[in-house]
Amino acid sequence: MANTIWVLVELEGGAPVRSSLEVLGKAARLGRAEAIVLGSGAAEVAPTLGEYGAEKVYVHADAAYDQYLTLPAVETVSKLFAEHQPTLLLLPTTYDLRDIAARLSMRNGMGLITDATDLTIGDDGLKVTVPWGGETVVTATLTQQRPGIVLTRPKAFSVEQYAGRTAEIENINTTISAESQTIRVIETVEVKSEGPALEDAAVVVSGGRGLGKAENFHYVEELAEILGGAPGATRAIVDAGWLPYSYQIGQTGKTVKPTLYIAAGISGAIQHLAGMKGSKYIIAINKDEHAPIFANADLGVIGDAVSILPQLSTEIKRRKA
Amino acid sequence: MKMFVCIKQVPDPNTTVSKLDPNTKRLVRNGVSLVLDPGDESTISAAIKLRDKVGNSELVAVSMGPASAQEAMRRALAMGADRAILISDPALAGSDAGTTARVLAALLKKEGADVIFCSTESTDGYTGMVPGGIAEVMGIPQLTFAREINIEGQKAVIKRVIPKGYQTIESSLPAVITIASGSFEAIYPTMKGIMGAKRKPYSQVSLADLGLEASQVGEAGAREQVLSIGTAEARAAGQIIKDDGNAAQQIAEFLQRYQLL
Repeated sequence: MANTIWVLVELEGGAPVRSSLEVLGKAARLGRAEAIVLGSGAAEVAPTLGEYGAEKVYVHADAAYDQYLTLPAVETVSKLFAEHQPTLLLLPTTYDLRDIAARLSMRNGMGLITDATDLTIGDDGLKVTVPWGGETVVTATLTQQRPGIVLTRPKAFSVEQYAGRTAEIENINTTISAESQTIRVIETVEVKSEGPALEDAAVVVSGGRGLGKAENFHYVEELAEILGGAPGATRAIVDAGWLPYSYQIGQTGKTVKPTLYIAAGISGAIQHLAGMKGSKYIIAINKDEHAPIFANADLGVIGDAVSILPQLSTEIKRRKA
Repeated sequence: MKMFVCIKQVPDPNTTVSKLDPNTKRLVRNGVSLVLDPGDESTISAAIKLRDKVGNSELVAVSMGPASAQEAMRRALAMGADRAILISDPALAGSDAGTTARVLAALLKKEGADVIFCSTESTDGYTGMVPGGIAEVMGIPQLTFAREINIEGQKAVIKRVIPKGYQTIESSLPAVITIASGSFEAIYPTMKGIMGAKRKPYSQVSLADLGLEASQVGEAGAREQVLSIGTAEARAAGQIIKDDGNAAQQIAEFLQRYQLL
């Protein structure tokens, strides 16, 4: 296969993040996968990427990539584009890579497709699958005969093992310009105990009056924690004093747009729907089969959230183990 | 300081399911109730608060869209923006995110913006590529996912939401700042604000006013092409099940099927 797919690998705590490895595995299935690793931990990580599909790794172990956001990576990857002609740059949608992708595409006049869940490169070119709302799937392509960027939806692919594969390492000799060192990181603060912020969580589990009493809200919190998400609430139970305002989802509270939203014991008042309707997948659990939330759910379960939530937590733990 | 907020009129996410026209392959806007993007309400609110905190500053709402987008602009004015500029031109229909960024950047450059606010992404297209694109065309930094913003002299310092917590980051001005939706309490228009909005300056500019060619924008300038629009498998209608004791397993299977575990 003649296609060369580049993946910019993100590091966290000196290790490649999972989403980068997922996309690297997909790149290896599409053709020749080449990784780019930037930052202080890059030299140590580079040799390990062969096992995840990379045939070649471009490395630049410079701390400027950690101290300054976006622009150093855009500068270096743009330089690499000027020297090589890969078919595609494939990136998972993350906070940092999304910022980098936007500037890269503009600087280099590249086409860019976001929110992809799959892609193929055949004789008739690139075909990218992009879900649109709940009912539609778009197949898109890039119009130019030059490298483009595809951003994929998180968790669209799984990590693949290429045991025994050794990647060729190429050190990038470049100096990052002063103009690229302008978005400075002053400090990074980990907020450990709270899980992801509600408005930015990829998974939100929220509860409403159907939980019966405030003491049952811990079922919502447990499931959210198992799914790596954040717990949320309806205005009704916030007004009732079960939870502080910071949990409130809806028109007068927070707007969330996670990949997965689980509504437990929520009837689905318009004002609540306003705050979560943009979620990609919605699962609703409610005793009342006429609850409006069901009209907005991809999966509606008529039943008691108080009994289903703990069972679901147990079931997910079992499947994840 | 000259502050700008980029906004968009979108199909009302509370009353409509956004659809794509199989012929034009564009978002259906006819017969659909259009509103100011709810995400933009939070962004405008953040911008108004910063304008008032910094003092001696002006906040201008800008948008690219059909003339009917005027209504969304009026809402921004009613909330508290000082004036509004709509870029409208028939040639812009079908523009991609890159073109949208170039067109908005042309106006912002001309206006001499110091701070440019954008939502992280729109509610209808959600590519999230326009803010970074504007910053790149203008050659200025972008500070993204802000949940707190401070202007200190000629510097912007923000708290940026990241998956594990937050980062404090800074850059020189001018800069593009994107807002983490829901981080700023919304300002609702008052009756006085709505009445006053009618007297605030509102202008509409064309591509020619910005020195841009029709051949560079719209479908002609797009680098992406929709090949086909199909029906999503197994998600056409929501599936409703009754808990017969197996609901937990059924939910877990759903999560696995859509790679949500």
